Amino acid sequence: MDSSLLDMESDAVFRVRGVTKIYPMGEVSVHALRGVDLDLYAGEFVVILGASGSGKSTLLNILGGLDVPTAGSVCFRDHDLTRADEDERTYYRRDHVGFVFQFYNLIAGLTAYENVALVADIAKAPLSPIEALRLVGLEERKDHYPSQLSGGEQQRIAIARAIGKRPDVLLCDEPTGALDVKTGVIVLDAIANVNRQLGTLTVVITHNASIAQMADRVISMKDGRISSIERNLNQISASQLVW
Amino acid sequence: MQYLDRMLWYDLKRLWRQEIAIAILVACGTAIFIMATSSTLSVETSQKKYYADYRFADLFAGLTRAPMSLKDRIEEIPGVLQAQCRIEHPALIDMPSMVEPVSCRLVSVDRDAETALNGICLRSGRLPEPEQEKEVIANELFAAAHGLRPGDSIDVTMDGRKDTLRIVGIGMSPEYVYAVQPGLLLSDNRRFGILWMPRKAMEGAFNMEGAFNSVAIRMESFASEKQILFELDRLLKPFGSWGAYTRSDQSSHRRLSDEMHQMRAMAYVPPTIFLAVSSFLVNLVLTRLVHQQKDQIAALRAFGFTKWELAIHYSKLMLVPVLIGCLIGAIVGIRTSWWMVDIYAIFFRFPAMEYRVAYSEGDFAVSLSLLAAVLGGANAIRTVVKLQPAEAMRPDTPQVYGKLLIDRLGLGWSLSTMTRMILRRLTGAPGTTILSVLGIAMGVAVLILGSFMRDTIEFVLEVQFGRSQRQDVMLTFNDTLSADAGHDVLHLPGVHRVEPFRSVAAKVRNGTAEHRLSLMGIEPEPYLYRVLDADHRPVSFPSNGGVTITKKLAEILRVRRGEFIDIEILDGKGITVRAVVSHVFMNYTDPACYMNRGDLHRLLKEGEQLSGAFVSVAPGAMDELYQAVKEVPKIAGVLDIHAAEKNFRELVTEHTKIMRLLNSIFGALIAIGVIYNAALIALAESGRDLATLRVIGFSHREVSFILLGELAALTLLAIPVGLPIGILFSYFATLALDTETHRFPLVIHRSTFAYAATIILIASSTSAWVVSRMLRRMELVSVLKVKVS
Repeated sequence: MDSSLLDMESDAVFRVRGVTKIYPMGEVSVHALRGVDLDLYAGEFVVILGASGSGKSTLLNILGGLDVPTAGSVCFRDHDLTRADEDERTYYRRDHVGFVFQFYNLIAGLTAYENVALVADIAKAPLSPIEALRLVGLEERKDHYPSQLSGGEQQRIAIARAIGKRPDVLLCDEPTGALDVKTGVIVLDAIANVNRQLGTLTVVITHNASIAQMADRVISMKDGRISSIERNLNQISASQLVW
Repeated sequence: MQYLDRMLWYDLKRLWRQEIAIAILVACGTAIFIMATSSTLSVETSQKKYYADYRFADLFAGLTRAPMSLKDRIEEIPGVLQAQCRIEHPALIDMPSMVEPVSCRLVSVDRDAETALNGICLRSGRLPEPEQEKEVIANELFAAAHGLRPGDSIDVTMDGRKDTLRIVGIGMSPEYVYAVQPGLLLSDNRRFGILWMPRKAMEGAFNMEGAFNSVAIRMESFASEKQILFELDRLLKPFGSWGAYTRSDQSSHRRLSDEMHQMRAMAYVPPTIFLAVSSFLVNLVLTRLVHQQKDQIAALRAFGFTKWELAIHYSKLMLVPVLIGCLIGAIVGIRTSWWMVDIYAIFFRFPAMEYRVAYSEGDFAVSLSLLAAVLGGANAIRTVVKLQPAEAMRPDTPQVYGKLLIDRLGLGWSLSTMTRMILRRLTGAPGTTILSVLGIAMGVAVLILGSFMRDTIEFVLEVQFGRSQRQDVMLTFNDTLSADAGHDVLHLPGVHRVEPFRSVAAKVRNGTAEHRLSLMGIEPEPYLYRVLDADHRPVSFPSNGGVTITKKLAEILRVRRGEFIDIEILDGKGITVRAVVSHVFMNYTDPACYMNRGDLHRLLKEGEQLSGAFVSVAPGAMDELYQAVKEVPKIAGVLDIHAAEKNFRELVTEHTKIMRLLNSIFGALIAIGVIYNAALIALAESGRDLATLRVIGFSHREVSFILLGELAALTLLAIPVGLPIGILFSYFATLALDTETHRFPLVIHRSTFAYAATIILIASSTSAWVVSRMLRRMELVSVLKVKVS
């Protein structure tokens, strides 16, 4: 192993080795992941591409500490997530992970500001909610409830909430899945902006191949395996995307 | 309809928790109602049969002495079917097993005992031989309390002469379904008994040859009760009549009627609360379900189901738990009514207890429960009927939350975001929050209602036995005795204070309102037997000071302090006087009227004649006094106040303990029903939010705080709301329990409030714990994959 690879490995935020995930479904077992090996590095913008059922969401859930693999190991820096219990995984999510979901998952009874402020209650060194809203360009709408915002705006609030606690990693599960192109672009721009300004490792999973053009690296998945990992040398901005 | 039936089955299975909560509340309400109505019906049926079989009289009169020849004239009064002229007298029994003398009432048995009014129902042995002077029948409960059997002998002091009588039979009579010593609230079968004795023997013992001092009358079916009473009073007046009266004033019958009256009151109040809360739950569950299934309803309408088919489907969903609740309630209610009847049988003696089921009331309860469910579900069903399919397919207008009051006050900074979430949920649906709070408050109220009686009774006992009646013993004389008797009593062993009294039968009147009672003449400044005013200060009875009456008597006579009442002395001399009411005071037993003893002597145009005395005894000297009293021929009755208190405590404490336990269960069930439902709804409505919080790093405990905080807020709001409702319910209960023979003041200690609050907090915590476990099991990831409309 050459020394540059060793350096890279020591820089890895996530080290995924031989991860397998099997869901027992009655009498049959569904192999969602079949031996995945992967390293993710600080500051990267990674897009995981794959069709429905390829295992990308399962991988994201395991990286986010929402699920544990059946076999293999996942290390976040020097923490072995596969050995962490429920409480430890909760604290891992609390301290290190920001999530963005397809359906925003904002708290309907809280204003945009309050939704962002929520994480400030539990984070160790949070951004001020206004600062987080400014990063997604929505500080003007801080007093609006989710029901008073458009889908794109809601997703940007969700991003502000996710980054509010200055996470080490931002995991986005189909962040534009419920949005039209125009709004999707704005949301992706907000994600890219966060990645750039805060240097947060950002992982976006999507089945939309166009989004891959924004990524530093593109990981393609098929049948629970990584079919390819490509470095994108012709990165474009969100506004240039077309799909 | 097959598809809808299948859907019904799935929904029933899915909502089983809520269905059970509703079914339990309906079951509690129905059970109490059926228990109360069925046991009342059973007791009343037993009573009716007993009265008919053993010829219970319709009218009664007591007098000093009248010749037997008057019997024919009584029977000639139009409307009188049969008259029974008897001799009744108090006496003392010396039971070897007891230091104190036992009071008893001797009642004459005529030769025609088989057809006489107030017939004796023999339980064992035989009737006494008319010519046998030493044979008696003892009443069943007294005999049981002392283990007496036919063939046993007892020593009885009758009019000063001690005699040994042989018990030949054990029996009972409709006249003494509840045998209680005059002056006492509850029966004490060890210290009071009834003995039936041949007329001839009683004539000899009490110098009543060819005479009687008590008459019982049976009326013709449609005779005028008023007319007969009038004629009877006119006829008996010269013979010292104390006034004729109806069954409703007959001691045993009145006690039984009062008990049934109270039972009936119980049949309506608690079930109404249960039904109201179950109706609210139906409303909550069905409204939510219809809202959730709006798309489905629209689709079914689009498929061609009519709106009424769907309305019936959703109605069924709520009628199923209600009917199951009714069924369980009916079974439990009938079973507990039998148990209640058995408890009644301990105190109220009937030859046989008839177990009846109040079917018509049962139907009424079921109809009412169904009605409550229909009313509760009406809103949701209306939504189903009015729903336009196309409209229903559209997502709801999103809820816009208003500003919190605390934000408007500029204090928003003091709230954490999680607290804010709780407040938004509570204020977001104010109607549901208010109903939930009211529902839980009902649980608090039921707990107070079920527990306040203990405080009240403790208070009554404290006033009655601690502050008012401070004597150790009340002695009553065979006949009125001169003032010397008072001195004689003072010289009995152990006695260190004596307060003589004079009592006389009287009728007090104001216009048409009147009441018969024993007018008491007592000392000007009583020390032992005291009458206390509203502030619990003793009332004085100065000479020419008018009369002091109880509040109940003031209500009956419709008089106030400072007004006048007429007093007619019922001793045959026709004395009537007008007296001013100088004080009105609260007592908790029979209506009473007191005056200065000297005034009463002057009114009766007599010297210092005494009816009895209140006595205080040196500590440890009671046994000595009792031994001495047994040898004093002139003492006809002994009432040991401490024994009475002890007896009262034993009987009532047991009863209130059971009531408290039952009501605690009921109150807790109400609270659990409401809180559990509120929790399930909160979990369903904010499950997604809570899962989101878990995903972004909130711990289970932190997320539970939001869910449980909402329940805690509901509970903490409900407790202060429930306390005044509980006070109000308790107040209504005192009104419902207010009868002529006893009444209960509204006394609720802080400890009772604390008890109610604690039970509610426990009930609330239990529900919260169950829901918190459900929250822990919630699948985090899948929640996030669901799109909200």
